[in-house]
Amino acid sequence: MNLLKITKRDDLPTSKAILIRGAAILLSLVCAGLVMLAFDLNPIKIYTEIINGSLGTEMRIKQTIIKAVPLVVTSLGILVAFKMKFWNIGGEGQIVMGAMAASFIALNFGELPKPLLLPFMAVAAMIAGGFWAFIPAYFKAKMGTNETIFTLMMNYIAIKFVTYLQYGPWKDPAAKGFPKIAQFSDNAVIPSMFGLHTGWIIALVLVVLVYIFINHTKKGYEITVVGESIETARYAGMNIKVIIITAMFISGGLCGMTGMIQASAIERTLTFGISMGYGFTAIITTWLARLKPVAVLFVCFLFAMLIQGGAYLQIAMNVPESVASIVQGSVLFFVLGSDFFIQYKVSIRAWSKKIVTDDKGVA
Amino acid sequence: MEIFLAAAVVAGTPLLFATVGELITEKSGSLNLGVEGMMLMGACIGFVVGLSTGNPLLALGGAALAGAGGAFIFALITVTLRANQVVTGLTLTIFGAGFSRFVGQNMVGAVIPAELRMSFAKVNIPLLSDIPFLGPVFFRQDSFVYFGYVIVILSTIYLFKTRVGLNMRAVGENAAAADASGINVSLYKYVHIILGGAFCGLGGAYLSLVTVPIWQVDVVGGRGWIAVALVIFAAWNPIKALLAAFLFGGLSILGLRLQSMGVNVSQYLVDMIPYIATIVIVIVSTMRNRKEGLPPGDLGNAYFREER
Repeated sequence: MNLLKITKRDDLPTSKAILIRGAAILLSLVCAGLVMLAFDLNPIKIYTEIINGSLGTEMRIKQTIIKAVPLVVTSLGILVAFKMKFWNIGGEGQIVMGAMAASFIALNFGELPKPLLLPFMAVAAMIAGGFWAFIPAYFKAKMGTNETIFTLMMNYIAIKFVTYLQYGPWKDPAAKGFPKIAQFSDNAVIPSMFGLHTGWIIALVLVVLVYIFINHTKKGYEITVVGESIETARYAGMNIKVIIITAMFISGGLCGMTGMIQASAIERTLTFGISMGYGFTAIITTWLARLKPVAVLFVCFLFAMLIQGGAYLQIAMNVPESVASIVQGSVLFFVLGSDFFIQYKVSIRAWSKKIVTDDKGVA
Repeated sequence: MEIFLAAAVVAGTPLLFATVGELITEKSGSLNLGVEGMMLMGACIGFVVGLSTGNPLLALGGAALAGAGGAFIFALITVTLRANQVVTGLTLTIFGAGFSRFVGQNMVGAVIPAELRMSFAKVNIPLLSDIPFLGPVFFRQDSFVYFGYVIVILSTIYLFKTRVGLNMRAVGENAAAADASGINVSLYKYVHIILGGAFCGLGGAYLSLVTVPIWQVDVVGGRGWIAVALVIFAAWNPIKALLAAFLFGGLSILGLRLQSMGVNVSQYLVDMIPYIATIVIVIVSTMRNRKEGLPPGDLGNAYFREER
């Protein structure tokens, strides 16, 4: 006989849900700490150094923000797709294609004045990223293909394609045979403010826009309905195919925007490694933020701290950066698991029959 | 041609292990997208154990255990705690990548000792290796490849000819019905997720012990994802998985082969072929609306008796 009794909770007070999630995060840090101990690393030192390395000086805070920007923008893109339960794991490829389109404009129209060139690059990047997401969305809408594998394969194709450009037709002849693409002109670089590129303003504006889009527009509402139940959407007479394709175009467009920001402000050129895994990390952050745009902002900042703190660990303590990814994975495992305790109540099965029926009445 | 096909078998063997592993997992109703992560964990632990002990069996055992360990985390979170399988699988991939980079930090460039490499030297199987054409392609390989054949045969028999295999397929097709007929759904799911993970770990170990016996970061390089697609292509059938894995092994080395033949084509464009082919496969297998070759009915759904 099963000793544990599991019943569904109807509603859990928010404070208690936060408590459960907080406990899960704490446990995950302990668990990741045990892994570190197993490798002769002092977890307390590592955690303090991660915080120190990401927030310790003004310069480090700026670095953390710079790393949060692509994460926020990509997460917003992923969020739009996930709202619809469309598993877009093609963020990497959409970033790369966005960066490619922005670079195409920057390299060919570099003489245009900044206020004209930058929006031109941004639009091109969003269209390219959106197009890269449109392809799997089209097949999903038309025949119901599995989008997970489709979007993933599109990543590799995009990266191989840009590698081809970098080693082939776009190779900078001035680089003396070195396989790199030419640097952008100054006009194609996002301006800086307080020693920080202004991508963070773009990210904040996009958070607001996506929030309004999801919560206060008809299209946003339709996306949520399709995500919750295709049957309901169909019954309500919504055009599901159009919704899927539009939402994915927006999703890919946002990821493409990340590509433009990274190419313009960080690399000032195009490289095949430009996405740096942000497309995958954004999946975690989006899920942890429970698909809420404002929460995305906070979760992404915390993850940027992990990334920046990890990079600092590598330089300052000669501890591998990958410690941070173990912490990331561990946090998500525990938070995923903790959802169970938010949705269900686990109690030890009572022996007396009377109490069991009472329990049923409550449940 | 025979040389090329024999090389395709070698290139396809890691895919074969991972594909059969994921196939078993999916047949029991779980969609574990952590194949790439489990392969990386297996590749890494297999390499560490191989490097420190020089014993091939211990190395393989370590790799299988590492993959199984990753799969156990997945099972715990998705079966017992009923979390979303897609997100959990993705997390496992990210975790596995971090794990392998972390554990392998001081091994970059390390080489598997010659003694251990000799254990995976080519062995000609008597009689079979003399068959024209097929012999040189399939039966002049290393013992690890033969192990792959054995796994395909055993899993085919297990899935389609045994009672336990039937029960397991029932769990994957309709967990509620299986439960009603007295099958322990959670136990079946756990066992097959973990078994599948062990195979994925072995697939990773083939890459780090045999294909390139030098430790390098991200040695798996997306093969785990191709394996997920190959399961669909193989229509959840281990024999077809073998053919699919070798076909893709061939595609993945086509670029180098063409270049060495003097064909003037960019290696990076040829490298796209396996990924484009995977997409074509996903589209084609969605289009052909046959009764066989469909995914298990309950694939990807968490089972909760109380909510039936």
